[in-house]
Amino acid sequence: MEVRFQSGNIAVSEGAMVAGLKFFAGYPITPVNEIFEYLSQELPKYGGIIYQAEDEIAAINAIIGASWAGVKAMTATSGPGYSLMAEGIGYAVMVEAPIVIVYSMRAGPSTGVATGTGQGDVIQSKWTSHGHYELIVLAPNCVQECFDLTIEAFNLAEKYRVPVIVLIDAVLSHMSEKYVWKSPSEVKLITRKKPAVPPEQYKPFKPDPEDLVPPMACYGEGYAVLAESLSHDERGYYDPSKETYAKLVERLTMKIIKNKKNIVMSETYMTSDANILFIAFGSVSRVVHAIVRELRSKGIRAGLFRPITLWPIDDEGLRKVASKAEKVIVVEMNYGQLYREIMNILRNKNVLLAPVISPDPPTIDDVYSSIGEIL
Amino acid sequence: MIHELDDLLRTERLPHVWCPGCGIGIALSAFLRAVKMLARRSKIDPKKIVFVSGIGCTGRAAGYVKLDAAHTPHGRALAYAVGVKLANPELEVVVFTGDGDLVGIGGNHFLHAARRNFDVLVIMVNNMIYALTGGQLAPTTPQGVYTTTTPYGNPEPPLDAVKIAAVAGATYIARWPITLPLMLQKSIERALLKKGFRFIEVISTCPEIFGRHIGYRDPVDLLKYLRKIVRVRKGISPLEAEYDWFKVIDCGVFLDIERPGYIELYNRYFKVEKK
Repeated sequence: MEVRFQSGNIAVSEGAMVAGLKFFAGYPITPVNEIFEYLSQELPKYGGIIYQAEDEIAAINAIIGASWAGVKAMTATSGPGYSLMAEGIGYAVMVEAPIVIVYSMRAGPSTGVATGTGQGDVIQSKWTSHGHYELIVLAPNCVQECFDLTIEAFNLAEKYRVPVIVLIDAVLSHMSEKYVWKSPSEVKLITRKKPAVPPEQYKPFKPDPEDLVPPMACYGEGYAVLAESLSHDERGYYDPSKETYAKLVERLTMKIIKNKKNIVMSETYMTSDANILFIAFGSVSRVVHAIVRELRSKGIRAGLFRPITLWPIDDEGLRKVASKAEKVIVVEMNYGQLYREIMNILRNKNVLLAPVISPDPPTIDDVYSSIGEIL
Repeated sequence: MIHELDDLLRTERLPHVWCPGCGIGIALSAFLRAVKMLARRSKIDPKKIVFVSGIGCTGRAAGYVKLDAAHTPHGRALAYAVGVKLANPELEVVVFTGDGDLVGIGGNHFLHAARRNFDVLVIMVNNMIYALTGGQLAPTTPQGVYTTTTPYGNPEPPLDAVKIAAVAGATYIARWPITLPLMLQKSIERALLKKGFRFIEVISTCPEIFGRHIGYRDPVDLLKYLRKIVRVRKGISPLEAEYDWFKVIDCGVFLDIERPGYIELYNRYFKVEKK
């Protein structure tokens, strides 16, 4: 354990190495280049492999292959790269590959302001690939969480055999602050369940009934496993039947939904008596935090609910703290993506949107001018 | 065991999806026989082979082999295979996929894996058409022929993957028709024992889709035509090898040289003191 002063990008990289990262594939993109560059220098020292792919499509598929070859694997990208990874993410979901993707949002659409920040990818981070599925999105708001939640991302990925996204933004990527670095022996680390049966009895997609997650045999272990992108039965064999398809999609969904209580994370600030409840995540939540404090000093009963997992979101926790609020204000750097989810959870509440549209780090003035009219 | 390759096949999945007269089965059996031959001589451990396919008729092969395998998204077999090999270099990674998957949608990965002399054996079964989707234009389709998306004739010159592999940096390049399965098998045996990027193109027959378009609906007629245009040549460079469906398709081993593969190069440059 030691106190360090580093950027979010470096803290993410350190977290990944502490978690046991052994394979990183990437393609250069702002604002995550420092992750790729830092890992290129450091990861080989820990026996890890670093690989610059020809594009993000190659990077995502390479980490899925590496994951099936038995190692903890990760990539890092931003919106344009994540868009290219869309099909690969669906593949990872389908073959239940434990992988971690660090996704630092910048100002879109398209190339947008490549060096700017944004929060326009709340929906894309979850729903980028076709078909219905679940995955996990974690949203740190400080360098400490960049470190801690990257470790947690690997744990969740290994535990549930699902892609886990660490969703940050350009501000968090490049902002440096103090955090406590911990060694592998000082944190809890999870690795995937291995089969307890010999190869002839093993079915690669047969889940354990309690958590719906199948133990994972990997390549070279003698189990002749097949990572099948088509709809498949417990053996991994293609079967287009309604029964097999429904059973598979249901399990891929329910292994996250049924374990939601063990996955979701959120934080509250001054919510016990709040009648104005702010909801914000990531870097902008730090600004809203300051605003809540300022409003409180003026005698206004404001509070903040900060989702740390965006997908799935802590809906029960949110309902609890929102029960007394007369007004719920969602502050985010887009025109209402988290807002849709919050409206859906708090159907009987007055839920309002305060968008902050800017490629620059959000300021108190930016947020005030957006909430001014509705406060 | 009924068939000599049964132990390398998921026999419970048979019958397979391929049409009568299709050449993919011949290509797959040449591969499996090569594996069997090398395993018998203890030169390869089938448990350490990872068989990676993409999407398409040939892509379905991954579902039939009793080996570690992956049926990846369209075009991404090679990208996936690279991750497998880097994560565990002890594995022998084989990409077995179609022409559309490998050099159409997956062309970029092909180019760069060859450039890196990446340690993978790539077997491309070329049927010159997108067959599983019903007969659309492929990058390998001969110029002028009818496909469902070029109903007035294909205006494009076809791509010769052998030449692309050669200029990009592959260290083993061969092309064999399914009418010479033993030559193909021997070629695969040789390639399986090499490091670096090894590319074998298999000229296949697709009477049901491609053949129908060009007037060879009968599998036997199509095989006879293929035999007529195939010319086996020794000692010619891959750049001299002709690929012309209407005249001649040169087959044989065009390149077999030694140059450090990617894994060796990676280890050479990333030699750092371990913490």
